[in-house]
Parts: sequence; structure tokens; C-alpha cells
Amino acid sequence: MQTERGITGDLRQIVGSDNIREATTEDAIEGVQPALVVEPGSVEEISGVMKLAAREGLAVSPRGGGTKTHLGDAPRQLDLIVSTTRMNEIMEHTPGDQIFRAEAGVRLEDLQERISESDQMLALDPPESGATLGGIIAANSSGPRRYKYGTVRDLIIGITVVLHDGTVAKAGSKVVKNVAGYDLSKLFTGSLGTLGIIATANFRLHPLPKASRTVAVEVESPQQAQEATQSIVHSQVEATAIELHYAEDEKLLTVLLESIPGGMDAKVETASFLLKQFGEVRTLSEEEEDHLGPLTPPAVADEIVLKLGAPPAELGSVLESVLGAAERRGLAHPRITGHAGTGVTFIGFSGEDEDAAVGFVGEMREIQTRKSGNVTLQRAPLTLKQRVSTWDNGGDYLGLVRRVKEKFDPRGGMNPGRYLGGL
Amino acid sequence: MERSRLITAMEGILGTEGVIHEHEQLRTYECDGLMNYRVIPDLVVLPETGEHVQRIVKLCYDEGIPFVARGSGTGLSGGALPVKSGVLIVLTRMRKILEVDIPNQRIVVEPGVINIWVSQEVADEGYYYAPDPASQIVSSIGGNLAENSGGVHCLKYGFTTNHVMGAEVVLPDGSVTHIGGGLAPDAPGYDLLGAFVGSEGTLGIATKITLRLVRVPESVQTLLAAFEDPEGAGGVVSGIIGEGIIPAAIEMMDRLTIEAVEAAVHPGLPDAGAVLVIELDGPEAEVEEQFGRVLEICEENEATEIRVAEDDAERALFWKARKAAFGAMGRISNDYYVQDGVIPRTELPAVLKRISELSEDYGLRVANVFHAGDGNLHPLVLYNNSTEGEAEKAEKLAGDIVFTCLEHGGSLTGEHGIGEDKKKYMPKMFTDDDMNVMQLLRCAFDPHQLANPGKIFPTPRLCGERPGPFHMHPLQKAGIVEQF
Repeated sequence: MQTERGITGDLRQIVGSDNIREATTEDAIEGVQPALVVEPGSVEEISGVMKLAAREGLAVSPRGGGTKTHLGDAPRQLDLIVSTTRMNEIMEHTPGDQIFRAEAGVRLEDLQERISESDQMLALDPPESGATLGGIIAANSSGPRRYKYGTVRDLIIGITVVLHDGTVAKAGSKVVKNVAGYDLSKLFTGSLGTLGIIATANFRLHPLPKASRTVAVEVESPQQAQEATQSIVHSQVEATAIELHYAEDEKLLTVLLESIPGGMDAKVETASFLLKQFGEVRTLSEEEEDHLGPLTPPAVADEIVLKLGAPPAELGSVLESVLGAAERRGLAHPRITGHAGTGVTFIGFSGEDEDAAVGFVGEMREIQTRKSGNVTLQRAPLTLKQRVSTWDNGGDYLGLVRRVKEKFDPRGGMNPGRYLGGL
Repeated sequence: MERSRLITAMEGILGTEGVIHEHEQLRTYECDGLMNYRVIPDLVVLPETGEHVQRIVKLCYDEGIPFVARGSGTGLSGGALPVKSGVLIVLTRMRKILEVDIPNQRIVVEPGVINIWVSQEVADEGYYYAPDPASQIVSSIGGNLAENSGGVHCLKYGFTTNHVMGAEVVLPDGSVTHIGGGLAPDAPGYDLLGAFVGSEGTLGIATKITLRLVRVPESVQTLLAAFEDPEGAGGVVSGIIGEGIIPAAIEMMDRLTIEAVEAAVHPGLPDAGAVLVIELDGPEAEVEEQFGRVLEICEENEATEIRVAEDDAERALFWKARKAAFGAMGRISNDYYVQDGVIPRTELPAVLKRISELSEDYGLRVANVFHAGDGNLHPLVLYNNSTEGEAEKAEKLAGDIVFTCLEHGGSLTGEHGIGEDKKKYMPKMFTDDDMNVMQLLRCAFDPHQLANPGKIFPTPRLCGERPGPFHMHPLQKAGIVEQF
């Protein structure tokens, strides 16, 4: 796209000249560099920017903290990045109602700090530091605590979005219980900027746990990892998270327990009793606890990360299939972590041999989709994504995904090319 | 298509047993749990399998005939109200529990399965299905899904939408799709299941539903506390939340409700201005300590009487009293009108005060029973239908109550749905743009607006997709919709 004076000038009018700049290579997504980056400061400004983008036929990519720009295939076209950095106001936090309303550019860390003053938290703990609320919703990011609290879809209660043509619409409300109208908050969860820009969001909050401890058990095999997980899942201990760290030298299943001070010991005792049949049980140190397990070694530079979704009770066969496929492809023991209680497993492996990586991903997809699971390339070099998409093909609902996209973004200007089915 | 030919075609799919077309029999289906609205459907069909549903819907699609899905018919917003010249698809013959998967904490059921059956099915395994609308002994899972039903335990456990993990859906064009992962988490793509649950039958018909099962808690403690007035009870609610305690349930009933319930089911409720039923569940040590704290909070707020359930039988009695509240109104009033507004919990005192002012202004009694923990009010406006003009007055009062909820930052409905009943209020909560964008979703699922048309939105839109020369849509002819 030409950055003609006309478009830049018009954008300046909308967002102010301090809030528009030419893009640099740092703004590129998978090698595609946009022309401009704009930072609107209000819902109205986002709407103005999008009206102009529609008029000029610009392809727009929304961006929050930029922590997840590696997720998705290469953009088909990219002219404008709409950054929500300036949309960073917490509009309301009513502790007595256990809710807040905030603009999409608010960083999760900042929000948690503010909310924690009232002994509350947003029960989302994705690992990326610097992520914004809007980005977390769009990428459907989650972390270990999803075992107890669920994911974005279970916590979001309202949303304001701006569509490709500047239309502003809201859904939901600021009360936790509400069934009026369609639940667009959920529809936009995980939509990766392809339906519109998330401008504000409302969430329900939870009380900050007053006490917590993490117990861990050393396991020896995939089957044991599964059985240890199942022992906690089917108990009445009400664990907060069940995490797996499965490396060649250390295989650990950790269980985060949260309670009130008076309830803590009993929970630890119950969990330890259940876990000790599988191996040595210990309570994690505070440093380890921050990671809900051992400090995982830093990823190697060319590491590829796959995210597997599978029925949680099949953890053993998932791990076996991963290890088997890696071995057959001549890959070193992958770095495996996961939210064992909910069936999410992350596989980190070297991308040095790209053919082997392609083969490995293909085999994982074949196994997982046969069992109605899924495989997503969480992090991968562009060359690999060009050979195997970030996404599965989505099964028989892909047609419906396509129709939703066509209705919300008929001109195909929202983050085109990055989503499943080439959307 | 002529009606007689349609009947023959449906009988071809379902046999004569599965098609109801006699006027007198059709009348059984003229309304759901909300009896203010009645429409006699053209035809009622009773499919027994997902394939039946698919063939029925395909036939409707090919012939441009609108259809409405119905479960047990307990809905309170007219969501399953038939449409004129339409087919009513009644799913009560699809009652099979298809699969129980305890290791993955899932169960797969047909839409006609009754809510309580799910818990009964897995009780021996130490599991249950958490969403428990008061209608749970009769309402169906398909209906619960359509309405995103709540219940008394959603404060801690969430709503139907948090417990439906996957669905096989017959789309309004008769095609079948599977949405939500079912067993596996994080299926890629838009959260179509999240959008589908609570869509009140306007996006398609679920024919197989995968539900999440929850482990029965180690310990349950329930108490019933009486107060001189609702303010005292409200203080307890704020106190509990302020301590960071999330009870499984906190329910409130006011004096009028207590009287009605007492007359109907004689649970021996105390004579009081307000009663709370509070339940805590979870690991024993946790429940023990927090329950002790809750008892203190009740005393601090000058409870006039506190009863702790000694056993399951007494607990059941407390819940029987609460769940009987709607039905019990018949004991103190000929007719009543239920509202389902939601308010931020902190607005409770102000809203209750306003409701009592409105009640006085209108000269009609309002009984209050509500899910106090999540701010979901069920004011019951009592009236006598045989008194000239009182029904209209009651409806107007009910409307004013729900507007009060909106003014205080709440919602039109917490669990009953918009349906036919509240669609006229939608513009009070949403702008035209909000509703038009919601209807984009409708257009993606159901471009010809055949699935439960005319519900939720005050001004349904056609999606402008019909190819070929213009001809008037049957709904347009009937004056139900206007061209977008």
C-alpha cells in the first residue's frame, strides 16, 4: 500500500499526529510489514480508523501487547496495525460485585495489581508477560488455573467490539448472570482479530486465595502420569491446577492447592496421600511454585511448540504417541509440559530438521484428529507454517466458521490469512 | 406446500404416530411455561432420532416453513411458543443417555433427557450435573441448553453454558455439524458452541449434547436464617462475599413468598421479613471453617433464627421450600407475573426499595424470591386476571421493575431468556447496532430465518440472501419480519 498523504492525513485527524507512525520491521508479522501503526485512544477513534480502513480497502491487524503475534499463519495482506496500547483504562471495579470493566489495552499484570488491592483476582494466568486483556481474549490464552476456573469464555461477561466498517456493538453486560441476546463475548474469544477489534471487556472476578501450596510427585511413565492425574481429578480435593513437566531426566506432576489457612493442611494431606502410590511426593519451594513445577529449561532458538488438545483421561497415550513419533523422526526427547487436568499438552522440539518437523506435526495431527483432539502450532518458523498450517482444518464446522467470518467481515479486511481455513 | 401434503411428507419420515395434526391435540402445545402467549401450531412432529430431526428440518428448509423446537415446555419467556403456519418439533421422544465417560467427566445425552436424570445416572460414581434450574425434575437438557439455564447453584458452579462441552447440531438448512470439542479442550476456530448455548432455538437444534460432570463435594452444609427485613439478609450476602467466601448458593425469600410457600408445602418456615438459604460445599475442613464464619455473619446481621440442616432430609426440606416458591404463589394470588431481572449485587438495597415503592404506586403486591448471590431477582407480581385491567397493570409494573434493574446496571434476564415475552424490552438494553451485529450471527446460521423466527429481537431482519427474482418471504407476508 502507498502511504499516501491522504490516508495518513485522515488517520492523523482521527487519532492525533502523535498516535500514528510508519511501521518498521519490528511491526512485521511473519515477514509481512504493514505501512502504518495507529494507536486510537477511544472506542470512537477505533471506529473512525475502521471506517477509513473500509473506505480505503486496508487490511487491518489488531494488536495488544504483541505477545502472541507469532500465533497464526502469515497474513495475506497487512496495511495497518491498530494497537490498543492507549486503551488502558480500568473503567470500573466494584469489589462487592466481583466484576470489572476495562479497555482492551489494559495489561493483565496491571489489572491484577489493581484488583489485588481488594483481595480479588481475574482467574486467568497465561504465561506471556505483557499480554493485554484484548489480546488474551482474541488468542484465548489460558494457564494452569483453567483447571479450576475455566478459560476466557467462562469468565468474560461483556464485550464491546468494532467491526471492519467501524460499527460499534456491545453484548453481555456487567452482571455475572445474564442471558439477554447472543453471547458475542464468547464468539470473539479466540477469534484472533478476524471478526473485529475488541475495544472493551467485562469480566467476573474471584477472591484471591488466602493460602496455597503445590505438591509434586515424581512419575516414571506416561501411564503413571495419567493415573496420578486421574487420582486427583476424581478426588474431592478441589485442586486449582494439575500440571505436567515431562522431560527426559525429570518427570513431575504438580498439583496446586489453594484454600483458606485452616483448610490447607487437610488438602495437602489428601493430595499427598493420593499421589504417593505413584512415587515420591514433595512440597515445592516458593521459587518452583511460581512456575508450578521445576524451572523448565529455556527454549532453544529454533524450537517449535505444538499445543495438543486431547481428552484428559488419555494423557498416557498422548505422551506415548508424542515420544514414539519423535523417536521415529530422529528428534530428541521433546520438552513436554501441560495442563494435565484439562487435556492440554505443549510439545517443544527442535526445528533444525524441517522435514522431520513436518513429518512429526503430520503424524500428531493424524493421531489427534482421529480421536477428535486438535493440534495447533503455537510457535513455529514461517517456513514450517507454509508447509503445515498453524491450524487443523476444523472438522465439519469449518463451513460455519467461514459463514460467520463472511457475515462479520464481508470484505475480508480483518487479519486476513492468519486463521484456520485460510480465513 | 399444502398442509395435507406436508402432513403426508412428515408421516413419511416419522410414521403416523410421530405427527400430530388434529386441532384438539395441537392445543396441548399452544404455549410453554408462560401462558400469556398462545399460538396453535400447524403441525407437531415428534422425532425419535437425530436423523429424524435432520430430515424434518431439511423438509422445512426446502419448503420455506418456519419451525420451533420444544423440549418439556417449561420455559418462562415464551421461547417455545409456536409460530403460526409453522411446525413445532417436540424433542421429548429423544430421551436416551448415549454415553457415560467418567474418566473424562463427560456424558452424552439426547436433548429430551430430563435434567435430573443426568445426575441420577452418575450418582453411584460420585458425580452429578451441576446446573439445577428449579424445573430440573421436568425440564430437558435441550431446553436448558437453548435458554442457558441457571439454577440455585450457579454462583459457584456457573451456568449451563459452562457445562455444555459439545453438541451435534442440525442447522436450519438441515445439515449436521459438531461444535465444541466435546472431550478435547480448545477446538480451533470461533467458539460457535458458546454462541449457540442460550440462543433460544434460533440457530438450530441440538440433537446430541456433551455435558461436563462434576464430582460430588466431600462436604455440604446448609443453613436457613430468618431476618426481620430484607436489609438484614442483604447485609449477610455482602458480608459473605466481602470475606472472599463463594458459597454454592445464597437464596432469599421475602415475607410474602414465605407465606405462600408455607401455605403450599408447609416446610415450617419461620415467621420473618426475609429468609436466606445458604449452602457451602467443598473439602470438609474448608467448609467447616467457612460455615462457622457464615454463622457469625448471620448473627452479626441480627438473624432472628438460624437453622442448620442436620442431614440430607432437612437440607432437602430447605430446598423444597425455595424451589416451590413460584408454584406456591397460587395459594395467595389467582395470577402472577414473573420477572427475571439481574442487578449488580451491591445495588440490591436500592432496587428492593424501588420495587416496594412501585408495588405501592400500582396497588399490586410483589413477592420477592431471588438468587441473592448473583443478583438475579424473581419479583412475582400478583394480580387477579378477572379484575378488569389488572393483568395489563401487572405487566406494566413488571416492566417498570425490569427497567429499574437496567437503570442500576443490570440485565433484562438472568436465566429465563428473552423469548417472546421480553423482546420488546431489548432496545432498552441494546442499541440497534448491538442487535444488528447479533443478528449477523443469526444470518450465518440461519439466513432464511426459519428457526424459531420472531423471538429475541423486536425487529427481526432478513439477511438479504435469497437469490433470484424477488419474492416475498413467508414471514414477511405474515408480517413477522421486515426486509433488511
